[in-house]
Amino acid sequence: MLKKKGLLVGAAVATLSLVATVFTTTSAKAADCADYAQFGKYNATVKVFAGIRDPEATVMTNIFKQFTACTGITIAYEGTDQFETLLPVRVKGGNAPDIALIPQPGLVATMVATGKAVPISAATRSNLNSYYNPAWKSFTTINGRIYGAPFGASSKSLVWYSPAQFKKLGVKVPTTWAEMEAVAAKFKAAGANPWCAGIESGAATGWPATDWIEEMALRELGPKKYNMWWQGKLKFSSPEMQGVMNKVAAWLGTASQVGDLKSVATRRFQDAGVPGLKNGTCGMLQQASFYASMFPAGTTFGPSGDADAFYLPATNAKFGNPVEGGAEFPVAFSTKPAVGAVQAYFSSPVYATARAAAGGWTSANTGVPIDTYKDPVLKAVAMQLQNKSGAIVFDASDLMPSAVNGAFWKEITKYYAEGKSMKDVAAAIDANW
Amino acid sequence: MIPWSDIFTTSWPKIAQILAVLAIFFGFYGIAFAAGARIKGKKQNFLALSLFLAPGVILAMTGLGIPAIQTFLESFKNADSSKWVGFANYTRAIQDPDIRAAFYNTTAWVVICPIVVTSLGLTLATMLNKMKREAFAKSLIFMPMAISFVGGSLIWNMMYQYEEPNMPQRGLIGQLMKSVGLPLQHLLLWHPWNNLFLMVVYVWGFTGFAMVILSAAIKGIPADIEEAAQLDGATGIRLFRTITVPMVKTTIIVVLTTAMVGTLKLFDVIHTMTGGNFKTDVLSNRMVDENFVYLNYGRGASLAVLIFLGVLPITYYNIRSLRAERKHH
Repeated sequence: MLKKKGLLVGAAVATLSLVATVFTTTSAKAADCADYAQFGKYNATVKVFAGIRDPEATVMTNIFKQFTACTGITIAYEGTDQFETLLPVRVKGGNAPDIALIPQPGLVATMVATGKAVPISAATRSNLNSYYNPAWKSFTTINGRIYGAPFGASSKSLVWYSPAQFKKLGVKVPTTWAEMEAVAAKFKAAGANPWCAGIESGAATGWPATDWIEEMALRELGPKKYNMWWQGKLKFSSPEMQGVMNKVAAWLGTASQVGDLKSVATRRFQDAGVPGLKNGTCGMLQQASFYASMFPAGTTFGPSGDADAFYLPATNAKFGNPVEGGAEFPVAFSTKPAVGAVQAYFSSPVYATARAAAGGWTSANTGVPIDTYKDPVLKAVAMQLQNKSGAIVFDASDLMPSAVNGAFWKEITKYYAEGKSMKDVAAAIDANW
Repeated sequence: MIPWSDIFTTSWPKIAQILAVLAIFFGFYGIAFAAGARIKGKKQNFLALSLFLAPGVILAMTGLGIPAIQTFLESFKNADSSKWVGFANYTRAIQDPDIRAAFYNTTAWVVICPIVVTSLGLTLATMLNKMKREAFAKSLIFMPMAISFVGGSLIWNMMYQYEEPNMPQRGLIGQLMKSVGLPLQHLLLWHPWNNLFLMVVYVWGFTGFAMVILSAAIKGIPADIEEAAQLDGATGIRLFRTITVPMVKTTIIVVLTTAMVGTLKLFDVIHTMTGGNFKTDVLSNRMVDENFVYLNYGRGASLAVLIFLGVLPITYYNIRSLRAERKHH
């Protein structure tokens, strides 16, 4: 599943960046090296390995050119769709890259366990402390040492909607859970399903529903219990998680909210909100930022566009506005100073601002002026990711052992397809720990 | 866009590797044959045999033998094959309700599909025999064989597509049911019938093959036997029962067992159409899921061994009947 979601994020970012590059002119010509003096001068090549592919990779490597011109470090980038499989093989075989951009904390831990990964450079640590929500460093902190600062980042805590449909019903973008329920009621009264839903995804059918439970767990129980949950210390069948699952059942698991439940189980997640949102057959869709790429070509985003997204409101004021996000972490496999310099560059506002200006990409770096993001949805995502006070957590199911993750999405599918109770679903998942 | 020159520069080491392997292979064999040709006398026969056997044995061992042994050993180990766990994977396979359901489904597949495929194939072969435009009719029935099961499954997925009763139907079956006035159903979720709907895809894809093989066998029945039976007054069903079926019996068994092995290994239809959800899972799909989705190599391997044990007697019987048929001719 990790890979699948990663690809989708890639595809989403790729489409957005294609759109964005048309409107922005790349400022590679500004031969001003003042911002780059902090990284030092070298004569070296640093090998970077990741799952980021074209067209996004080209946008990224074009930005590296300025860094190379100013510091003398050539970044040799290699991207593959087999990243998760190839990285362990290469590291094991003594052929590790200098830096790997790893999108899963679990894989970072595996790489650290090989003894080949090295903690982040001092300059990177200082960037991490000054420009990021402290939650970000927790994902790669192993035995008290930090191994990566986020590179690109994304958010899952979004609700997609059609501004035209909202206008027709005379409702505004909700900022609290109660307001959102009022909007849902309006859709219901107008004869539509308040929520769009579809969880079919081939062998990984069910994963969108695991995201719903994660969002609810984060909002209801807070980040501390959320982390205990994916670590296996808080069982699915615990009263807390049962409360969360029943809330999701009431929110996105009853016919009055999402229509026929069996149809939810067989509807492709890509089709969940397209064309339902636009036609007004269903009102809102909870889905990650990558869903932007599912809309037909030519769709405009933003409050006055064809489609827009808002932050899925909190349910418990105690925990602020928590965000479920994701990111790639540049992990170094070499102690060479030039490698540390590249790592520092990746975590700096210098890179993040240039990359954000090129479009189709979001960062958790607070050093990036928010107006750098031209796309309204990306701007909203960036604001969520920069939020220094609210908690930021990772996709819980992706952090669980693969067997539990697999059982999670298989069993939650049974809730929709076979009417299995949340209690039985929980017990069946727990059996896989 | 990657320029062509880049494709060449990135892949030339691989091309060179392939060429080097081929050169080594043929070089080695050239020398071996040259040496073999010089040896005379008693040892010659043995040497020649082993020289000719060696490549086959080596390839069979590296491609089949070693992985099979490895799989067998892995089935007694934990998820990442780092610890021995005894029979834990097997006991779990028996206790897990999902795997048990997959086992029952597999059994249903192995019993129902081969019988349906073979009888349909035999009926079609007999009816089409000596008919006008026989080849044309047969090509039409054989056509689905040319489509992969993944492609076929996608097509059938559209046929079974469910839409709410008040919506325009996108699936053919749904539209037909609506026209006749039957209540619409989530066909792929309608347990236990959904298993039958999935089997339809396999039957649709495999009947053509059964028909072609059986038709060849029917055409191989000597004309004098048939004439003699007809002179004795046998026609229609009687001719079919007393002459055709006994004469092609071995072929029927071969088709039946081939279909059985095929259904035991069947994975693509389930994987594409339901992903093993909605109580339609079968052992082979579950094995792939355990291995590549849950990353539990121990459990995956134990299911592989169980499937292998199921295939073994059928394959044995299949080979025996093939041999019997060869002797027969």
